[in-house]
Amino acid sequence: MKRIYSVLVENRSGVLCKVAGLFSRRSFNIDSLAVGETDDSEVSCMTIVSSGDKRTIEQIEKQLNKKLDVIKVKTFDEASSISRELLLMKVKYNRNNRRDIMEICEIMNAEIVDMSKSMMLIQMCDIPERIQLFIGMFKSISIVEVARTGTLALQKCMETD
Amino acid sequence: MIGAEAIVKCLEEEGVEYVFGYPGVAICPFYNSILESPVHTILIRTEQNAAHAASGLARVSGKVGVCAVTSGPGATNVITGIATAFADSIPMVCITGQVNSELIGSDVFQEADITGAVESFVKYSYLVKDANEIPRIFKEAFHIANTGRRGPVLIDVPIDVQNAELKKFVYPESVSMRTYKPTVKGNMVQIKKVAAELAKAKRPIICTGGGVLLSHAENEFRAFCEKHDIPVVSTMMGIGVMPTRHPLYFGMVGNNGKPCANRAMNESDLLIMVGARVADRAVNQPDLITNNKVLIHIDVDPAEIGKNVGPTIPLVGDARHIFEDLLEQEITCEHKEWLETLKDYRESMAPKRTPDPAYVDPAGFITMLSDKMQEDGIYVADVGQNQIWSCGYHVVRKGRFLTSGGMGTMGYSIPAAMGAKLADRSKQVIAVCGDGSFQMSMMELATMRQHDIPVKIIVLKNNYLGMVRQFQHFTYHDNYSVVDLSGSPDLEKLSSAYDMKFLRLENMDKANEIIDEFLAKDESVLLECIIDPMDLV
Repeated sequence: MKRIYSVLVENRSGVLCKVAGLFSRRSFNIDSLAVGETDDSEVSCMTIVSSGDKRTIEQIEKQLNKKLDVIKVKTFDEASSISRELLLMKVKYNRNNRRDIMEICEIMNAEIVDMSKSMMLIQMCDIPERIQLFIGMFKSISIVEVARTGTLALQKCMETD
Repeated sequence: MIGAEAIVKCLEEEGVEYVFGYPGVAICPFYNSILESPVHTILIRTEQNAAHAASGLARVSGKVGVCAVTSGPGATNVITGIATAFADSIPMVCITGQVNSELIGSDVFQEADITGAVESFVKYSYLVKDANEIPRIFKEAFHIANTGRRGPVLIDVPIDVQNAELKKFVYPESVSMRTYKPTVKGNMVQIKKVAAELAKAKRPIICTGGGVLLSHAENEFRAFCEKHDIPVVSTMMGIGVMPTRHPLYFGMVGNNGKPCANRAMNESDLLIMVGARVADRAVNQPDLITNNKVLIHIDVDPAEIGKNVGPTIPLVGDARHIFEDLLEQEITCEHKEWLETLKDYRESMAPKRTPDPAYVDPAGFITMLSDKMQEDGIYVADVGQNQIWSCGYHVVRKGRFLTSGGMGTMGYSIPAAMGAKLADRSKQVIAVCGDGSFQMSMMELATMRQHDIPVKIIVLKNNYLGMVRQFQHFTYHDNYSVVDLSGSPDLEKLSSAYDMKFLRLENMDKANEIIDEFLAKDESVLLECIIDPMDLV
């Protein structure tokens, strides 16, 4: 079962290490992890995607709450959240496949943000599954480098918010 | 005022009486400042034992135990002691010296990333970067250590921070941390559910862990069990919550527990686990205790509930508050038959031993010792066969039973007994160890002599690492590997070297007289008991 944890933590040195250490120490999986400052510069938000059975999912939340640098843990499944990931990918192109690359980018809503005579740098922001699909399209084309941010997610807007 | 003086002032504000430790350059400013203070220092002989001594003191006094060691090897040596305290949820503050702030990360002499290294064994840790933060950090550390689920807190203080001037020293009156607000009061809805289930139960039982002792809830707990005639079993850490010969107490559960206690737990239809982790030593198969029964799990740490077993009713809170609230509930329950059954089990399932009369029988000896001890005496068991015999045969009356239950750290008993004695010098304190565990802490005999800490020590000597030998007997068909303790010192000569009284008991014939002599005066004595090397727990 996939689960997304949105964890507000004190923006101090060492906190990332403590949270990541908790996952390895207790053999919890991390599928992806993304960290950034929030609107409050003293607070960071970690978005952690993990998976496991019901008991593991509950333990992850409880153990996160136990950490003294953790301010708040929100947890939700994929269906009740909006998630996005940013991809930067460098590919090698030639005259024969240039058109194809541009077409794929157009269909998938990706953008070519930089290029040289033989390289292109493509940017794409989408749900993780579509990012995966997009990378798959280029397997036969020649990928040079890939960088992904990991999933960012927030719970969907609700009337009760 | 400099940082080091501020640290000492913080300890005074917290009412600390003893600091256990070992100096080194990086903690020297602190040890220099403490000379002027009424806080006593105890020079332990290896850092691990500083934490064990602080643990013994904390468990008897209910206050936070404090140790202070130097950077690098001093800090890494103390880790086992910290991990031992963490496993048993003992309140402790450990101060470590650190190299100069500007040098951190450059691998200079005696530098170790101690906050990184102890992360999974502490409740929290601090690296102090500014001397002005010292009062706040110490106030928080003592608060964190001794509230909620108790545990060790480490404060790493670079030497330049210890030497830096503070603008002003103001010790905070209270702690304000947005990330730390432990739940102590139990939820009333859940408490009412517990009462309702108890009224329905035909075969209720309560299993207590060390949490009841840590929240000082023994009186409320006993009152509740007595009010409703509920039978009690305990984990190793819960020994002493009920007096051993209390009619409602049926002994320790688990692999090494009493058969009647395990049977009672398995046959119950309602089990209340309180302040216990439901770990493998106490509950081998967690599924068994959820089958055909209502399981109520009470713990101050929400993460313990549902970690190993999923309870029917979870109840988060401090045991003392919860039993105060439970005592106010109107519950009518009737289970005379169940108690009678359990009493039968207690008698018919008592383990039968056939000791060899050529040796001291540990079981008979320990019970005889318990009966002769002061009734509020403190018994500290080490780890190994001695621990299992102690759990099975020591009789707690009004005293305490201390041991390293969670981590099972050998060598715990002597330093912990020293801490316990310092917490209350009026109490009789006895450390019981094997010849293996004794040799892990025998350097502390010097500490006992130096600081006049009259702890009594019993060594159950069988020339083996008995617990491992026993395991190899059952699992590896007597293929003994690295368990022979030949080469151990002559304990009589050793006692004489430390100017300590020595006694030896070779069989049970003179047990009576020797124990009397052992206990007669408030002095350090080492009693060697020769036990059967092939004896099994």
